[in-house]
Amino acid sequence: MTWDQGLHKEISTIASEDASARELTYLEAIRDALRYELLRDARVLLMGEDIGVYGGAFKVTQGLFEEFGERRVIDTPMAELCMISVATGMAFQGLLPVVEMQFADFISSGFDSIVQFAATNHYRWGQAVPIVIRAPGGGGLRAGPFHSQCNEAWFAHVPGLKVVAPSTPADARGLLISAIRDPNPVIYYETKALYRSIKGPVPEGEAGIVPIGKAALRRQGEELTIIAYAAMVPEAMQAAAQLEAEGRSVEVLDLRSLRPLDEEAILASARKTGKVLIAHEANRTGGIGGEVAAIISQGAFEHLDGPITRVAAPDTPVPYSPPLEDAHRPNAAKILDAARTLLAY
Amino acid sequence: MELSPDLLRQAHYWMRLARALDDRGTFLHKQSKIVGGYFSQIGHEAVSVGAALALEPNDVAAPMHRDLGCYLARGITPRRILAQYMGRSTGVSRGRDANIHGMGDLNFGIVGFISHLPASLPVAVGMAQAFTLKGESRVAMAFYGDGSSSQGLAHESLNWASVFRLPVVFICENNQYAYSTPLSRQMNIVDIADRAAGYDMPGVVVDGNDFAAVYRAAHEAVKYARAGGGPTLIECKTMRMRGHAIHDNMAYVPKELLTEWAHRDPITLLEDHMRGIGLLDNVGLSTLLAHIEAELDEAQAFAEQSPYPDEASLTDGVYA
Repeated sequence: MTWDQGLHKEISTIASEDASARELTYLEAIRDALRYELLRDARVLLMGEDIGVYGGAFKVTQGLFEEFGERRVIDTPMAELCMISVATGMAFQGLLPVVEMQFADFISSGFDSIVQFAATNHYRWGQAVPIVIRAPGGGGLRAGPFHSQCNEAWFAHVPGLKVVAPSTPADARGLLISAIRDPNPVIYYETKALYRSIKGPVPEGEAGIVPIGKAALRRQGEELTIIAYAAMVPEAMQAAAQLEAEGRSVEVLDLRSLRPLDEEAILASARKTGKVLIAHEANRTGGIGGEVAAIISQGAFEHLDGPITRVAAPDTPVPYSPPLEDAHRPNAAKILDAARTLLAY
Repeated sequence: MELSPDLLRQAHYWMRLARALDDRGTFLHKQSKIVGGYFSQIGHEAVSVGAALALEPNDVAAPMHRDLGCYLARGITPRRILAQYMGRSTGVSRGRDANIHGMGDLNFGIVGFISHLPASLPVAVGMAQAFTLKGESRVAMAFYGDGSSSQGLAHESLNWASVFRLPVVFICENNQYAYSTPLSRQMNIVDIADRAAGYDMPGVVVDGNDFAAVYRAAHEAVKYARAGGGPTLIECKTMRMRGHAIHDNMAYVPKELLTEWAHRDPITLLEDHMRGIGLLDNVGLSTLLAHIEAELDEAQAFAEQSPYPDEASLTDGVYA
């Protein structure tokens, strides 16, 4: 298997509460949201490298070019900096562009257009920039330093941007629809490792639209909260299930939105359990975990029974060789280790 | 193409207004009524006005910091501009952005620029692509300079406009210096317009101090874009007659160069032409200048009487 298919030996399935809901993979749910919005609103269009005729490097947009044509699904030159500001210009004239970065890693080539132009525009002269930038991120696919990055913290720091990172097929659809309808620039981090490895119920139509800024409690518990997002949510769930088997009660909070953070949900869970472990795939320093820890330290200090703990990648580029990448990337086992230490406090 | 008396009178008014507003701003900066940086555009009036007047009201433009004439000719008033310079709530950016930056208002088809030139080029290109996708017969005009022509984004933007054959007019204002950096450290060619050949678009060099030359080239390019021909690059050769900003005495510019260009002042050139064909005399000029001074007095009073933004509004508008 190659990186574009993902190293997915097995597909895990999320149990459905609604027997009538469709079962889609995470990737299919993203495509479903794009298609739904393209059908619903003639202002929506897709832009990116290889997304049209070829269907995208990961085939997220497969079939959409054929269905909607070259005016709605636009293959572009290889020019991220230009592409993102072209989207801004289109948005100024009433269109709603969804731009695909082929890999989240390449978003740095478009940095000025995002953080300097799009993010500041409404504050400066009152003109909204309703664009979405899809950024396929994350590692575990033996893809090396420039096809594996989790660089969401760069943008979570920037006023004027919104940043989301779904972990389930339902959220992948529900958050993307919200992002497209949001009047602000939204960076939508989709996790490559989840594309075909998870399948779950996905609502249709206007059902299941997920508001930006709301975390989801994935599992209730009493003794410890694991706060995670994107690829680390299933890993956290696995660790929590193992701890439950050992007689411990663990809560898992899926942030879903990284800017704005759902401070209320974060503090409520921290106050409830008194012990918080934050897990993210991105490297530690300056990551989302530090911000979450500061929110908890200030807002739930008297409820804490142990040190706020982070499980994150070490501060290195993402290495290619399997033993090195495995050592680099957080997973259920690493979360479990840290959780046991924290529970022993 | 013969330029009509009405067009010449309009151009004269906007160029004189831009010059006078520029001088007024310098004066107010010296009085500390304008704080922070201040950018003069003296010497650029024929470019900004000549290019802007070639557009229809429904077209859009993405001007920079030396294109005051474009903002004015498109309908951003001296009131709003002076209030902007003074950081007042009635300024174009409501006290959010500094001096001439961020003076965008799509009601007048103007995009507010950011300091990272040529960041507005792809935004103009995107607006043009929206016009094409929506089947609207509109044109986008984008300004950049000799300095920002060195940025990779200039290439990305011209190439993109060419690939999709978009209705864009690129105005490159070659004013000899980017801050203190001369052309010789910016490029190894004489004419930036030569690069148009690499994008299979027309590339034109004009005397940027000659209103008629700028207008004719821009008019032609706008017509070509509107007819579906695609983008054009117009390089306007001119000279920045003041420092990069008001703090800069530009000791690095040879005096002879400034003298040479001072003899070719764009407003003097236009006025000489208008006198020659009987469109202007001393009385007419005095009347116009008095009118402009009165207009600026009124605008300055408006700006000075306008309130500063309320501190409580600090976080307003970060999100739409």
